[in-house]
Amino acid sequence: MSIDTTTELQHAVEDAAAHLYVWALKDIPQDLRDALAAAAGRETSVPGQRVLNTILRNIEVADGENNLVCQDTGIAVYTCRVGERFPLHPARIYEALRDGTARATVEHPLRSNAVHTITRENTGPNIGHRLPIVHWEFVADWDGLDVKCVPKGSGSENMSFLKMCVPADGVKGIKQFVLESIVGAGGKPCPPGIVGIGIGGSADYAMYLAKEAIARPIGTRNADPVVAQLEEELYGLLNETGIGPMGLGGDVTVLNCHIEHADTHMTLNPVAVNYQCWAARRASAHIAADGTTEFDREA
Amino acid sequence: MTVATHEVTFPITDPQTILELRAGDEVTVQGHIIGIRDRTQIRIFDQGIEPPMDLRGAFLLHTAPGVRKLGEGRYEKVCIGTTTSARMVRFTEPLGAQYGVRAICGKGGFPDEAIEPMRRLGMVYFAIVGGAAALETTQIEEIEEVAWEELMPECLWKFRVKDFGPLTVGIDAHGNSLYHDVQAQAHEKLKELYARL
Repeated sequence: MSIDTTTELQHAVEDAAAHLYVWALKDIPQDLRDALAAAAGRETSVPGQRVLNTILRNIEVADGENNLVCQDTGIAVYTCRVGERFPLHPARIYEALRDGTARATVEHPLRSNAVHTITRENTGPNIGHRLPIVHWEFVADWDGLDVKCVPKGSGSENMSFLKMCVPADGVKGIKQFVLESIVGAGGKPCPPGIVGIGIGGSADYAMYLAKEAIARPIGTRNADPVVAQLEEELYGLLNETGIGPMGLGGDVTVLNCHIEHADTHMTLNPVAVNYQCWAARRASAHIAADGTTEFDREA
Repeated sequence: MTVATHEVTFPITDPQTILELRAGDEVTVQGHIIGIRDRTQIRIFDQGIEPPMDLRGAFLLHTAPGVRKLGEGRYEKVCIGTTTSARMVRFTEPLGAQYGVRAICGKGGFPDEAIEPMRRLGMVYFAIVGGAAALETTQIEEIEEVAWEELMPECLWKFRVKDFGPLTVGIDAHGNSLYHDVQAQAHEKLKELYARL
């Protein structure tokens, strides 16, 4: 592959990232719109109905005014699936995602949230040391690249919880921790949203998996039937807590519950909770080896 | 639940206006509101710097707006929404006692420590729908003033609003908090759910 072609491909990835970031912020996916409309249909509390109707009105206004659904442009998180024969090295893919994020921030303009974590000084157009954040997966026998942008707001990210349960706590301990976390979070993470849960692996990996879980299309189920059953059970239990839309009380506390899991050590039982607000933004692109880009609303 | 609806113009001059509001009521706001956030309040109270805006009778909004600069001290709105209030609860009492603030609006609510100062000082907490920024932006007519631009976007902002809402009274000036009630009920419910696991 010549230098020119590599540069062109890097530009294609940068263009995709710049488009995905803004697109995700303005136009939320159909599955989420449907879930919110269904929630408004079944909510019976007065403040809860008021909140859900306002959310639906807000989505219409964002469409009509071509504005952001939520002002919190978040931290830009990308998940990448890289084919082993995709002709651009991940080091360059990362550069392209960073440059695309910065360009979108300056050109739109978007609010820049990125600060140095100690000095709190702004570090630039939503980029900085180790920002944006990228989750990587590598795929054998493939030459493509899938990029998903998941802008993550701070209100929901601040409601993240980790517990190193012990094996004797069992699945019951996992369920209790999820329930107490979501009740404790109350209205702060902008419910009703998607509860992402990571179980197993290690402390850091459990939280990583929880973040993967919130990025899935809403209501999709884990391929492992044991885990899928736990998703269904927790989804039901969480909606019995009565926290309701924006924590003002009601029937709909969560839109769904997604779990990703990893095998773990025989003496470990980690569980991580990562909350995604009702404005569960995500947008995807499939980029071919020649740079041809196909945007995907539903992935 | 009986729910009343109110329209209130800020800044208020008559403290009675606040006393008429009850937790759960629906409120639409007119007039002028002040945008404020973490760093703005840290500057006022932790660094002891007087705010260059009159906050008497004011409605404060927990926000860091997305804006476009037009010129010296002049900005137009791009996207204005509301942030989580709980981080800033410790400023409630001094805002009311020292500066006469009468309403604080944000999302997610205040913990119980806000209930007593709000009752004593005649203040109210309004719950807005977090994330509903596209709608909120259309209800903000103009950015009239900005102070402390070096804290961008956590400056002190003065917005003129029209039909701002619908807001829900989350904590009233009579010692009632929807957040307290919802948490108390949820903790009772958790006992029942745990027994079923």
